Amino acid sequence: MRIVVDLNRCQGYGQCVFLAPGVFELQGEEALMYDPGPDRSQRVPVLRAAAACPVQAIRVEHGHSLPPTQPSPGPGEEGRGGRGRR
Amino acid sequence: MSIRTGRDEAFRTSGRVVIVGASLAGLHAAETLRREGFRGRLTLVGDEPDEPYDRPPLSKQVLAGRCPPESTALPHACALDAEWRLGTPAIGLDRAGRRVRLAGGEEIPFDRLLIATGTRARPWPNPAEAALAGVVALRGRDDTRRLRQELAAGPRRVLVIGAGFTGSEVASVGRELGLPVTVAERAASPLAGALGGAIGAVAARLQREHGVDLRCGVTVTSLEGDARGHVRRAYLDDGSALDADVAVVALGTLRNTEWLRDSGLGAGPRGVACDAGCRVFDMYGIVTDDVFAAGDVARSPHPLFGFEFLALEHWSNAVEQAEVAAHNLLSAESERRPYLHVPTFWSFQFGVGIESAGVPALGEDVVVVQGSTDDRRFVALYGHQGRTVAAVTFDQSKWLDFYLEQIETAAPFPPRYRTVDQPAQRRVVPADFPDPAVPSHGPMVIRTGHSPTERAWTLVPARG
Repeated sequence: MRIVVDLNRCQGYGQCVFLAPGVFELQGEEALMYDPGPDRSQRVPVLRAAAACPVQAIRVEHGHSLPPTQPSPGPGEEGRGGRGRR
Repeated sequence: MSIRTGRDEAFRTSGRVVIVGASLAGLHAAETLRREGFRGRLTLVGDEPDEPYDRPPLSKQVLAGRCPPESTALPHACALDAEWRLGTPAIGLDRAGRRVRLAGGEEIPFDRLLIATGTRARPWPNPAEAALAGVVALRGRDDTRRLRQELAAGPRRVLVIGAGFTGSEVASVGRELGLPVTVAERAASPLAGALGGAIGAVAARLQREHGVDLRCGVTVTSLEGDARGHVRRAYLDDGSALDADVAVVALGTLRNTEWLRDSGLGAGPRGVACDAGCRVFDMYGIVTDDVFAAGDVARSPHPLFGFEFLALEHWSNAVEQAEVAAHNLLSAESERRPYLHVPTFWSFQFGVGIESAGVPALGEDVVVVQGSTDDRRFVALYGHQGRTVAAVTFDQSKWLDFYLEQIETAAPFPPRYRTVDQPAQRRVVPADFPDPAVPSHGPMVIRTGHSPTERAWTLVPARG
């Protein structure tokens, strides 16, 4: 699957690192290194990370959504404030 | 609420849009068009064979070998239903006939055009030396593949020419891989063009602490190859020579505007001039109706910065400007929006996250308002004529939104409010940007003056 992180929005909260440790990694305190093309086996962890990101910085290819039993992804990427988009 | 005319509606249903440039800005423009209801024919033209991919990881996690170059394909936010012409650069624009000419001879007709051809890496000036194996200018996936191979071959030393953001990030990865790295920079410090010499000095300490052999105030004058045609030595203008098996050319960028040379548009080495709504000017400074521009290649007047024409080589600029350009391309005049985005960017190097909002290069003075440069954790503000025009953070990005508001509201400089983690003394010092007349390694925000088009016009008398 394909993902991209808006690193202008990212403030290093690290929720993604806890939820999808195979995909997201913090180098130091704020430098987020991530795999932009994670394996499909990482799908649910990645979607959870995208949903949990406090600044909604993780964009996932359209067509992917968490199964109904999972927590809802919340407002879409346009739904919350981000830098330059208040 | 405005009334859409029949003409607008017909365009939305069955019009033809061509986007030239299939990278971040082109993709976001295409997504915006579809999301806002454009159902006509959409064509994306790109000079690279790949569909749109993300470039920032190339000088970071991809170069470090954490993920392959192919993994950086950008996610699509919606179905694009687009026709792709990839690996075929546009070579000309016929405005009267409303056609884009491609390298293979194909001509693509359009009703409205969006120019997002971006920039390319400035090549090493000597073509014979640039052709040596081991000499790499980093911009695309192929460059990253080649550089990755060179780094994996265990070079005796990596020479990075130019300490802008790309050069500094490559140096950081080189050290992470345990390779000896020398950085040669013409200015007095790394990142001087983007952040000024005062904050650049902090970046210099960061590099040296991580074992980089940093040499500032020097120019690499020539590269020498061995019998196999592989680079082996570099000569510097201080008379020294340096053995290196890899030379990374990080000398900033050139704007991809050559294909517009005969189009009559206000396009040149500084970019494609457009108005605050991304409509492109022609070479006489007259705004066009149906040609728009976005991303690295565009330069437009910014209301927050004295309406100076700025070209912004930032990820966020490509995204946000493409959305405004696509919206305006699709909208009736009364529904168009100005592009008011405050520039932001980030860089990760030597384990530190550097972020910025505003235009540091406009600042004459700089003051640290939170933290300390000794700890590599601080917020610095830049001032211009008593206004706050930019903020730069090292490992303090959580504060940037606050300062972005200060910049947007033209807050006084130096600031009078108290801050968390305030230094005992706020010392305002010169920001120390290099003389703009001296060639630099790419400040990323290019001040291009007030003129919508730098091409002086000439009157050509009609024949006969």
